Amino acid sequence: MSVETTLLAQTLVSGLLIGFVFALISVGLTLIFGVMDIVNFAHGEHLMLAMYFTYWLYTLWGVDPLFSVPIVALLLFVIGVLTYRLVIRHVLDAPMLAQIFVTFGLMVFLRNLAQLMWTEDFRRIGDTLVSGRLEVMGVFIGTPQLIASVGAALTTGALYWFLKNTRTGWALEATAENKEVAGLMGIDPEKMFALAWGLALASVGVAGALLATFNPIFPEVGAVFVLVAYVAVALGGFGSVTGAFIAGIIIGVVQTMGGFLWEPRFKTILVYGIYLGVVFIRPQGLFGRR
Amino acid sequence: MLRNRLPQLALIALLLFLFAFPTLLPDPFLLRTMILILLWSVLGLAWNVIGGYAGQVSFGHAIFFGLGAYTSTLLLNTWGISPWIGMIAGAIVAIVIAVVIGWPSFRLAGHYFAIATIAAGEIFAVLFRNLKWAGGAVGLYLPIVRGDRLVDFQFNESKANYYYIILVMLIGAGLVTYVIERSRMGYYLKAIREDPDAARSLGINVTRYKLYAMVISAGMAAMAGTFYAQFVLYVSPNTVFALALSIQMALVAILGGTGTLAGPIIGAAVLIPMAEYTRVYLAGRAGGLHLVVYGLLIILISIYQPGGLMALLRGWRQRRAQRTRARQAAVTATVKGGAGDGTV
Repeated sequence: MSVETTLLAQTLVSGLLIGFVFALISVGLTLIFGVMDIVNFAHGEHLMLAMYFTYWLYTLWGVDPLFSVPIVALLLFVIGVLTYRLVIRHVLDAPMLAQIFVTFGLMVFLRNLAQLMWTEDFRRIGDTLVSGRLEVMGVFIGTPQLIASVGAALTTGALYWFLKNTRTGWALEATAENKEVAGLMGIDPEKMFALAWGLALASVGVAGALLATFNPIFPEVGAVFVLVAYVAVALGGFGSVTGAFIAGIIIGVVQTMGGFLWEPRFKTILVYGIYLGVVFIRPQGLFGRR
Repeated sequence: MLRNRLPQLALIALLLFLFAFPTLLPDPFLLRTMILILLWSVLGLAWNVIGGYAGQVSFGHAIFFGLGAYTSTLLLNTWGISPWIGMIAGAIVAIVIAVVIGWPSFRLAGHYFAIATIAAGEIFAVLFRNLKWAGGAVGLYLPIVRGDRLVDFQFNESKANYYYIILVMLIGAGLVTYVIERSRMGYYLKAIREDPDAARSLGINVTRYKLYAMVISAGMAAMAGTFYAQFVLYVSPNTVFALALSIQMALVAILGGTGTLAGPIIGAAVLIPMAEYTRVYLAGRAGGLHLVVYGLLIILISIYQPGGLMALLRGWRQRRAQRTRARQAAVTATVKGGAGDGTV
């Protein structure tokens, strides 16, 4: 292969790999939105927490990020349920303004708390089980990136299976469809809402632990990823898990390709441009129900 | 008679106090804090027009603030144009951008709109960080002009001049809000906030009125941006286009009470001193502590008092009025019942 095609293939592969991680983060966001019409503005900060947890597990107790995945997922699940119980539950019937502000406040709180406790320093996890890289036909693939993307795809798949094939999953989808009717069928919406938060944050927990193997960890790291997640959720259609998954991958590729073909520093503009383009031209997204 | 005039008298007394403030308390730190309170009152009122009255939550208002700051600064640095003209130019630029962003965004409701404004805000921050002619990420310094002349909009000897300018701006912003609130537009905006579909069915051109609100809001924020640039004599993407600015604009309005005239001013009067004192006394040790507190505040207000301090105040006044009425009723009853034996 010529240098250009190799570079192009390299970019495409990198985009695809990160796209799966974007997809997992976006699926969590869209799950909450689908079930209760609330956008978790603190989603990026929850990702940031997951990355720090992974970092501390590694630094303090020498737990490899790969083994941290379930621990961090469980921790984030608990945080999700607690967030619902302590905060979100109180604004369910509040005006839209309060609903927007409450998770936004959570975002401001968590991000600055992290800055206060852990400083602005970039932290990295050095040597892990997944360090290294592979070469396939001249294209280099970082093992951490590969593992992260496989892990993200598996988790998304498991979540999807859970939603479509278990009674609890059906109950969750029924609540998303119509909370009153679901209530009449004997489904406790309160439990479903708490579960949605738990599952959404557990997904972010998995994504965070996997990302921590190659991405620097700092208090504002969530902002970078959550922006992509907003765009993916909008592109996929608010509330659509399949949509968010596919959109996440598309954005991963577009962003990386854009950075390669155009100016890398403008790739944020590209991603935001997609969001604005989608919501203006096709507000229901690719797989939206409206 | 006097009782009915009480609010007016209180307002006049407050204004007299505000105008006399720099002479009464000539302390530099206090003056600076007061200037910031007034500046943030203006910004809170600006945000309030679109976010409070029209109910379109914007987390991108730093765009207009930044455009105001950059426009006047660039005009001054390149052609030596007076910042006063720059202030008008900045407002015009911001209004044009507000229309460009607002017109398509207004089809988006609630969360979608909020995310779109975050997106637009980030685009502007990235853009200005990379615009070489606008100083890039480093930003621009304003030339120092000695002499403290009003036309230069720069006062190095007596900072009190800044105070009077921003005070007049706040009165202007207050008047604009007052006029909106009393006019047909105010009712239209509130109707749109409560139920856009119902408002539309009543014949209100929803998009047009949201756009009016956005334009007024952007113009006000941009003028405050020019003031800020002249006050600190330095603009950079990280100081004038920051998401944190957009958050704080929304926060002063929410804390005080959205959709009210006094709310944003009360919000600024409570929040800004708190932020300034934590910044000064905890500097170095806890740089972002006030932001942590902000976050908690936003959460607590959203949960317990979505109407802000104004709602708290109103509730308190209502309860007091009820108590007074109850007491009066009790007294009347006693007087009537006890009239025979002559004791009350």
